[in-house]
Amino acid sequence: MSRKHFIWIGFAVLLLLLVAAASLWSLLAGEMKIPLASLPTIFENKSGMEYAILSNIRIPRLLLAFSIGGALSITGAILQGIYHNPLVEPYTLGISGGAALAVALVIVLGLNMSLGTLVIPAAGFTGAFITIFLVYFLALKRREININRMLLIGVMISFVASSGMMFLMSISSADNLHSIIFWTMGSLDEPNATLITVMVVSSLAGLIISMLFAQPLNALRLGEAKAKHLGINSSAVIRILFIIASLLTGLCVAVGGIIGFVGLIIPHILRSIIGSDYRILLISSFLGGSLFLIVCDIIARTIIAPNELPIGVITGMLGGSVFIFVLSRSKQKMIK
Amino acid sequence: MNRSYLSIKNLICGYGNFSLDSLNFEIGKGVFAGVIGPNGSGKTTLMKAITGELKISKGLIMLDNKNLNQLSIREKATKIAIVTQHTEEVDISVEDYVLMGRMPYRTNFQFFETKEDLSIAEKYMHLTDVFRFKDKLMSKLSGGERQLAGIARALTQEPQLLLLDEPTSQLDISHQIQVLNLVQELNAQMGLTVLMIIHDLNLASEYCDYLLLLNEGKLYKKGTPGEVIDYKTIEEVYNTVVFTQENPLSKKPAVFLVSNKILTESRKNLTDKLPDGKI
Repeated sequence: MSRKHFIWIGFAVLLLLLVAAASLWSLLAGEMKIPLASLPTIFENKSGMEYAILSNIRIPRLLLAFSIGGALSITGAILQGIYHNPLVEPYTLGISGGAALAVALVIVLGLNMSLGTLVIPAAGFTGAFITIFLVYFLALKRREININRMLLIGVMISFVASSGMMFLMSISSADNLHSIIFWTMGSLDEPNATLITVMVVSSLAGLIISMLFAQPLNALRLGEAKAKHLGINSSAVIRILFIIASLLTGLCVAVGGIIGFVGLIIPHILRSIIGSDYRILLISSFLGGSLFLIVCDIIARTIIAPNELPIGVITGMLGGSVFIFVLSRSKQKMIK
Repeated sequence: MNRSYLSIKNLICGYGNFSLDSLNFEIGKGVFAGVIGPNGSGKTTLMKAITGELKISKGLIMLDNKNLNQLSIREKATKIAIVTQHTEEVDISVEDYVLMGRMPYRTNFQFFETKEDLSIAEKYMHLTDVFRFKDKLMSKLSGGERQLAGIARALTQEPQLLLLDEPTSQLDISHQIQVLNLVQELNAQMGLTVLMIIHDLNLASEYCDYLLLLNEGKLYKKGTPGEVIDYKTIEEVYNTVVFTQENPLSKKPAVFLVSNKILTESRKNLTDKLPDGKI
């Protein structure tokens, strides 16, 4: 291993330690503050109030922040690499638009009342999945994926879905309108243990699988044709990575609603710090995204406690400001 | 010529309304061959057919008696390396870029470069004289330096055939000569077989052992530069009046272009001196 590889490992370990520190902070901070010293004893007394807060609220939220933040960020890094476009993020491809439209439809039709609350994440995932298929098959030309066409179709689907949302919102009652708006602002308040487990396992699996494509992603930085000259089956790699990115995004939207900016800004910031080699960018994007969303969740829960802000508001405001700051200081090109 | 190494048999391949018209030729091992011809004659189509970027409709492309179409993308990348006219202006260090040449030899599970990868890349960085700026970003190099890095990356693939697609079209004459001298040295020292698309007829004549002249998808003429480049052939294929003369040092043909104005003014005088079209 060379010096560069040791720097990579050191950087990944540093991010991991920061994620661990933020996780600890996330468990302790909130409307009811928990002292660090009492943390080990809380788990011994399972009937206590503090145990209930940790196991029912803070740990599930922490797990979701870790996995959704990581998944959205890694998805952004992958899509920016595939499309050679620094402005692509998980939601550019219309996935969030499709999911939001499906959720709005479920709320307006009152299905969440008659079929139970799980119908909302199910609708979100179905909407995301239908959009993925539409984008993919409409972008196929002579059995080859045209990535620019795919991007344009995604943007157009976003517009159509957004118009559909506005139509549904205009005909919905005040209660339904509130539910739709709240969902589109994103939330990590998901009590269902199965959904949380699926999210955590999927995001880690997404990380591991995409790491296997780190070298092909590096080759794709030179363009599809050049990557092929280096022995990379560009179209197969793009297809697989697109499916991974889409499924992860669909799952994130289904569980957490629309949490913007993570997939756009975190890979950018990390690129300017550690470079564009996907062997380090993917793992650091995952950890960076997790760290970012954990911190955003802490702020959302504590800044106007006992009330709570939607996490999408924090990711937008904090992420956008940090992004502008980093861009104004960075002399590097945005991508490649 | 040595025994056939790259062999193209009845090749039909193209897109839209254009297609190569049953192309046949052979190139021996260690030969530095050039493909010349006007725009739209099929040079790039031929290159894309060899690399597999374009599917061939009919015919065979054999390299060292192996059918290239039957090889996987990865296997093909261990046998053929390509340097194009635009070597990428990416924010990757020269060393990392050159190391990409080892990708065909690595599996997805092999995360870091091996010692062998590093030593092969270093060897070719020294050979192409890019080692001195190995830590610079590709985007910060001059066009000539970038082409040298492109050649280093291609050599790191340890190919049997080096394809060059107009490698000097973006360079000034000093860098054109630097790049082609290097390719010529590699061809002579390593016995590397080279197939180069080139527009500049004088560079083609000076550097290539063997030329293939394409016109409208057909192989118009093939042979040594002396056999292919003469004023009549060039005038027929390019529809342009030129004069040719033997380079006194290399003894290879050199092509001179003349503007229409000079041609009209001098036509009468020249006609007396040019019974066979040669000065």
